[in-house]
Amino acid sequence: MTAKKMALIATKGTLDWAYPPFILASTAATLGYEVQVFFTFYGLQLLRKDISDLRISPLANPAMPMPVPMPVLVQALPGMEAMASMMMKNKMKAKGVASLPELRDICIESDVKLIACQMTVDLFDFQKSDFIEQAQFGGAATFLGFAGNADICLYI
Amino acid sequence: MNYDKELDARGLACPMPIVKTRKALNDLASGQILRVMATDAGSVADMAAFAEQTGNQLLAQTQEGPAYVFFLKRK
Repeated sequence: MTAKKMALIATKGTLDWAYPPFILASTAATLGYEVQVFFTFYGLQLLRKDISDLRISPLANPAMPMPVPMPVLVQALPGMEAMASMMMKNKMKAKGVASLPELRDICIESDVKLIACQMTVDLFDFQKSDFIEQAQFGGAATFLGFAGNADICLYI
Repeated sequence: MNYDKELDARGLACPMPIVKTRKALNDLASGQILRVMATDAGSVADMAAFAEQTGNQLLAQTQEGPAYVFFLKRK
């Protein structure tokens, strides 16, 4: 039996939105899927060597549960984003949620292909040396070459 | 039920119980049995889905206090 395939596009680079692609990719690989994730625009942040500093913003994020009601103008104060990010990370740790570096390492160990979108790498003046060595580089045709035969294809 | 290896995945959230179960099963020979303990409520549905998709058999699922206990037979 040939392995099922899953293709993901990861477009977001915040602490919260980094989870869905890495959780799905690591789980699918665990289940025996062949997995490719295409990181584009802000999703490129997820391939940087150090992803321990990713943040979540309460601003323009009214669905984010807050310990106390917080007016938008307060959310915009300096330091609020850092504080919200720290609180979220502490909560995740307390609930046994794996860290992003940990989940990404599982992806790498289980041969998930991690593709950085070359166009947005150039757009944002990233260097190849900004990314983990397992990152590969390609464009839309590279993604479609794999996604065209995939059983699951998601845009995140 | 007798088992050949035990995995304590208590306190871990999705997807770690499944990821660690996969790794633990890889260390077993075909037909051997793994006992997994988990506290993630999602693991009840996920372990069944894991078994179905990977062909490893979920022999039994019980509860011990706050922990869910699974017995899986390596394919």
